[in-house]
Amino acid sequence: MGLTSGSTGSGVLNCCGLHIEKETPADKIVALAGNPNVGKSTVFNSLTGLNQHTGNWPGKTVVNAQGKYRHHGNNFILVDIPGTYSLMANSTEEEIARDFICFGRPDAVVVVADATCLERNLNLVLQTMEITDKVVLCVNLMDEAKKKKIRINLDLISSQLGIPVVGTSARSGKGLDQLMDAVASLTDGSIESKPLHVAYTDQIENAVSMPEPALVKILRGRISSRWVSLKLLDGDESLLQSLKEYLGYDLMQDDEISHKVTEARNFLEAAGISTDRLRDQVVTRIVMTCEDIGRKTIKFEEKEYAARDSKIDKILTSKLTGIPIMIALLFGVFWLTITGANYPSKLIATGLFALQGRLSGLFQAISVPAWLSGLLVDGMYRTLAWVVSVMLPPMAIFFPLFTLLEDSGYLPRIAFNLDNFFRKACAHGKQALTMCMGFGCNAAGVIGCRIIDSPRERLIATITNNFVPCNGRFPTLIAVITMFFAGTMMGPYKSASLTLILTGVIVLGVIMTLLISKLLSKTILKGMPSSFNLELPPYRRPQIGRVIVRSILDRTIFVLGRAVAVAAPAGLIIWTLANVHVGGLSLLNHCAGFLDPFARLLGMDGYILFAFILGFPANEIVMPIIIMSYTAAGSLIDFSSLVQLHALLVNHGWTWLTAVCVMLFSLMHWPCGTTCLTIKKETQSLKWTLVSFAVPTVTGIVVCMIVAGIARLLGLA
Amino acid sequence: MNNNQIPLSQLPMGKKARVAALTSDGSARRRMLDLGIIDGTEIEPLYKSPSGNPVAYLIRGAVIALRSDVSEKIIVSNGESLWD
Repeated sequence: MGLTSGSTGSGVLNCCGLHIEKETPADKIVALAGNPNVGKSTVFNSLTGLNQHTGNWPGKTVVNAQGKYRHHGNNFILVDIPGTYSLMANSTEEEIARDFICFGRPDAVVVVADATCLERNLNLVLQTMEITDKVVLCVNLMDEAKKKKIRINLDLISSQLGIPVVGTSARSGKGLDQLMDAVASLTDGSIESKPLHVAYTDQIENAVSMPEPALVKILRGRISSRWVSLKLLDGDESLLQSLKEYLGYDLMQDDEISHKVTEARNFLEAAGISTDRLRDQVVTRIVMTCEDIGRKTIKFEEKEYAARDSKIDKILTSKLTGIPIMIALLFGVFWLTITGANYPSKLIATGLFALQGRLSGLFQAISVPAWLSGLLVDGMYRTLAWVVSVMLPPMAIFFPLFTLLEDSGYLPRIAFNLDNFFRKACAHGKQALTMCMGFGCNAAGVIGCRIIDSPRERLIATITNNFVPCNGRFPTLIAVITMFFAGTMMGPYKSASLTLILTGVIVLGVIMTLLISKLLSKTILKGMPSSFNLELPPYRRPQIGRVIVRSILDRTIFVLGRAVAVAAPAGLIIWTLANVHVGGLSLLNHCAGFLDPFARLLGMDGYILFAFILGFPANEIVMPIIIMSYTAAGSLIDFSSLVQLHALLVNHGWTWLTAVCVMLFSLMHWPCGTTCLTIKKETQSLKWTLVSFAVPTVTGIVVCMIVAGIARLLGLA
Repeated sequence: MNNNQIPLSQLPMGKKARVAALTSDGSARRRMLDLGIIDGTEIEPLYKSPSGNPVAYLIRGAVIALRSDVSEKIIVSNGESLWD
């Protein structure tokens, strides 16, 4: 193993699946905690300049991100931990957050709080202060609080809590300097915090003090012994497990500790405090402390400060208008995407395919062998050109539009509107949010399933996420719809009917999701839906300029880059398959021929099915592979217009039924390679990965067979 | 149960009430506590979803949607005379 700057670095920390490298020993690690949806990611981005994606919905930070910033010549490593309401470890996210604060040994924890509902946010602040003394409270969204006429006395909060408190408006960058100052002074020891400790009832305090001395010996100040003691009395299994991993042995195996814990528990039982009662009393004390501090330090000058949001919500979620508006918005986004993408798509295609001719000419002129020219130009370049021209324009329109919806706070309302359906399918309403993420990318949707806190429902959401067509499958759907179903119409009707069909396909995907969720709930994932709560955050005016830049840079380029990276080698492979002949037939023809009988049953042909299989690394390349297979003989080079493409497909036996089955199969087949890997990583189980692979595949095969069978039986195709 | 104590799920829209008891236990109870729902917390049902379930509630300045199986386990005192 070679010596890299990383491996020789002065400090490497591995905690909670996170790998942190310090450049110098003086580097400080700062954890960024906070409730969901308080602008934590915005604070993170503003400080580090990294583009952590932000959105106005709870639970957006699904992957721990880390970034660096320099302040007055010192390095700080900022770690963005998942947004949680508490550290009681009710969900995976809370466990990750708690474990990092506990065992990640950060030099400081910045808790970001929402100024517009600060009192509730104080809960997490107090819980964090129980674990560590090094806490800075960042009261974010001060600008919004001001608009809502909420006055907050930050100095008084600071003296009440005994920690530094800084007010910020991270979106406009206000207060961030002061925040960095506060973090710096806390980490270099120039200010000492004296955090308030919530005082529990005498009985609880007495009980906590029983195992504490024994714990002090073992923990040696690494973790607050008072807090660990409280958690041991609480019987917090998940913390015990984490402690065991951290310390390397089971605390409860220690005779003295387990003896003391039993003694303390008996003491509590005798006082009439069961484990449930203990937890109640602990939480109640914390919440009441928050109330008390809130009452002294926060003034609401306007009583009905949520009135505007309530009015909007009554329209967007009412019985009469809620769901129609939702479908209209979906329709609107697709219509703008399709209509808007049309022209630039043509322009890029014309340009790129013109270049292909030039390239071929150039290769001939410098006498490059024909096979190499074919491999590079007809194989690689042509596939790339297709992917770029078909994918770039719709993505550059779809992602910003979608991000606008996301930023405004509308997405949680979708979950609210649809929850009834998910409840009936024994699934979680937040699955609607993970499906929304799936529109962009199914792998992202699968990671997003972490926001669902009960394991059963999370698994359902993971397995069914693929029924939402991701951005890689849109181009296929749009191209097929345009050629076979909207091609005869003109102008605005064309894009309207195109959009209508596409919306129909999406709705079908949603229906399939619900059906399969229900089926899974009744079979392999039996169980009752667990408790559900969903925060509907205040609406926020999206920062339009920023949204456009961010979504194009972060998402469009990322997705396109991935597609290109896959398309280029795929182009090479498919060209090779099409041009290497065995026994008079190309390898491609052999494969397609082998698959053909089965594919016919599904209403498709062997080339199409083979393209879906080759498209496993990325769905984006399915359509290009189909085209390349058909044109492999080189009879048609320029297929830049959809009319020519249509003719090509019809020449190869496509009917309306083929088109329908291709769309259905595109909607319902195995998840792409990246998504499968992500599922494996998220579920930590090969079994569930295979289930996630099989469920949509089998569904697609069955549906296509039925559709093709019925159509043929009725003599429709 | 007192006469003026009803489950939160039966509280009319726009009518404020205070939590009198939580009848859930285990993790469901913990989730309620996490949201700051303890004895005495004021809750106001704001609006229903298209199907009537879940319902959005104003809890400690945040709007939280709860399904009826959860809200029926939160008992509230429905007598304004108690605190107004």
